[in-house]
Amino acid sequence: MTKIVRETAHGDAIRFSLFAVLILAMPVWLVPFGAAYPDLMQKFAIYGLFAIGFNILFGLTGYLSFGHAAFLGVGSYTAVWSFKLLGMNPLPAIALAILLAGAFAWVIGYVSLRRTGIYFAILTLAFAQMSYNLAYSVLTPITNGETGLRVLNSDPRVLDHMMGAGEVDGPLVTNLFGMEMSGLPGFYFCAVWLLIGMFISFRIFRSPFGLMLMAIKSNQNRMNYTGISTRPYALTAFVISGMYAGLAGALLCVTDPLAGAERMQWTASGEVVLMTILGGAGTLLGPMLGAGIIKYSENIFSAFNEQTLHNIFGFLPDGIEGAVVSVAGLFVGEGWHLTLGLLFMLIVIFLPGGLIEGGHRIQAAVARRGKGGGSGHQAQPQAAE
Amino acid sequence: MDAILLQILNGLDKGGAYALIALGLTLVFGTLGVVNFAHGALFMLGAFCAVTFNQLIGLEKVTIDPTQTTPWGSPVEIRVPMIEEWLGPTGTFILDYSVPFSILAAIPVMIVIGLIMERGLIQFFYRRPHAEQILVTFGLAIVLQEIIKSFFGANPIPQNPPDTLRAAADIGALFGFEPGNIVYPYWRLVYFLFSAIVIGCVFAFLQLTTFGMVVRAGMADRETVGLFGIDIEKRFTVVFGLAAVVAGLAGVMYTPILPPDYHMGMDFLVLSFVVVVVGGMGSLPGAVAAGFMLGILQSFASMTEVKSIFPGIDQIIIYLVAVIILLVRPRGLMGRKGVMEG
Repeated sequence: MTKIVRETAHGDAIRFSLFAVLILAMPVWLVPFGAAYPDLMQKFAIYGLFAIGFNILFGLTGYLSFGHAAFLGVGSYTAVWSFKLLGMNPLPAIALAILLAGAFAWVIGYVSLRRTGIYFAILTLAFAQMSYNLAYSVLTPITNGETGLRVLNSDPRVLDHMMGAGEVDGPLVTNLFGMEMSGLPGFYFCAVWLLIGMFISFRIFRSPFGLMLMAIKSNQNRMNYTGISTRPYALTAFVISGMYAGLAGALLCVTDPLAGAERMQWTASGEVVLMTILGGAGTLLGPMLGAGIIKYSENIFSAFNEQTLHNIFGFLPDGIEGAVVSVAGLFVGEGWHLTLGLLFMLIVIFLPGGLIEGGHRIQAAVARRGKGGGSGHQAQPQAAE
Repeated sequence: MDAILLQILNGLDKGGAYALIALGLTLVFGTLGVVNFAHGALFMLGAFCAVTFNQLIGLEKVTIDPTQTTPWGSPVEIRVPMIEEWLGPTGTFILDYSVPFSILAAIPVMIVIGLIMERGLIQFFYRRPHAEQILVTFGLAIVLQEIIKSFFGANPIPQNPPDTLRAAADIGALFGFEPGNIVYPYWRLVYFLFSAIVIGCVFAFLQLTTFGMVVRAGMADRETVGLFGIDIEKRFTVVFGLAAVVAGLAGVMYTPILPPDYHMGMDFLVLSFVVVVVGGMGSLPGAVAAGFMLGILQSFASMTEVKSIFPGIDQIIIYLVAVIILLVRPRGLMGRKGVMEG
């Protein structure tokens, strides 16, 4: 006997408001974790957006894109150019970045979506590498190559000059009608965008369009037999997720007006895949959770050095301590990527459904024990949370 | 005319590397049905086998000669590689030919690495979705390259070809062109010949031996082969080891051309995947042909004449070709029906 858990609009409203409260209250409840400083929280929000967008493609349709970092990069470059030409107001930068990343995603998606499975992954990877190589070589006049693109005081910034805010002493900081977008205001700016993105993601998951995307994942052949062309739906999902990536890229530049090509490298694409998988692909909250955990542990681990390790393992006897420190030293600081790779493998091997699925399993196990027997054979909630 | 010949020659060595890696990828995919994103890491590990071998045989014995002094007064240190001391001229010879000799060390090492990888990780992923195979091997690739990075550092480590092969050959004169126009380093020729020999060996192994026949039968229909009472999985494990050796050897011999660093594997892997896609997933001749073809195309694209018309074309030519091929012939040049469809 299976019981399908239906998500109600009411339940979603509660879930979303809880999420909003959690995000907005981050500066408070992150204090005990030592993560309540604005730079890190901005990263949580931005990479959360990136992962939420990626999840709309990968989680719903099952198309594994290995080139999403390209859209992040396009968004970043567009935003910086908007700062340079229009002015330091983040709103036009974000609008332009979303539009351009969307257009870019449409072109790449139009070509890549002709194939599925591995071919799709390789095609998107090839496109991303192509953009990365171009950004480093021929497009140097636009991207400023290895140095990275930054805003200079001599740039036109038409809007700023029109409003008489053209002359700035010291470094240029983005500002929203006079409010500087760094520190806490910067975080709240990103958080608002995150909430908007999350809301849209909620709506997509519960819409007929979202159901169509899930149908593509579960059986594309059957969709084709029923006479539905799936490609426009997949392409729409691809473009939407590209726009999310563009938005994330723009926000990265809003908080720090600098764009570099390394943002487009395949490692960045791999990172967003990991965030999504870690939290749980195809779940609503998973990607945000994954992004938070990855960015938090990156922050913690890469800050470690040998001295902190010696402090931590100081209680061990000398010989053992040296050995432990040298082994642990491989995994922290510079070696943080090794930890990331291992985490990646462990998650895929043991928990392909991500942390959210793990949570459900524990919940189910507890519920079964509570009922006292194996009678309660509860179905997994269909792509909930 | 001679410019064209020169570009074809220039493409051969890179094409050889692409072909060798793509061959292994296709073998693993055709037999085990696994998309191995860690295959580039095997190429990189092979290259670092050569580095390690070189460092090991280069270990020096330091003796202090009190009779001589350096200009600043301290006694002269005489450094003699131990292998020269033990073996005399043979040792010098081995030291000079360290790259070719490290093949001998690389073969067993790569077999062991390949078998450990297959038995330890990949075998659990046969029946899991391709997306998970990609992800887990991707993670493995990161782990392997980070381990190499932590041991060998992030900088490229140059390796020298043997002294006799360091010069360049005047190929043009051989073909009756004006001498001095087409000059080509010997080592690149060696690399091309080497890759041709390895490819030939792999094909001969698959076509001419009973083992190879069984493997090919298993690629076509593993269930029926299983019904004959053949443990096909065991054979496929050996094939994985073989693919690892091929990738490793490609890496060993490539070290004098490109100083190895920890991320060379990923750089080559992305291109090799494109090669496999262009050649046709599951087709071994396709992988080899596409490897050489794309290598040569790339060298043509990096001619200054071409670059002045299409700036930056050398960076993206391979991807462009792949996109066009996939749009025009979705199965690739020699892809078969039914392999990786849907």
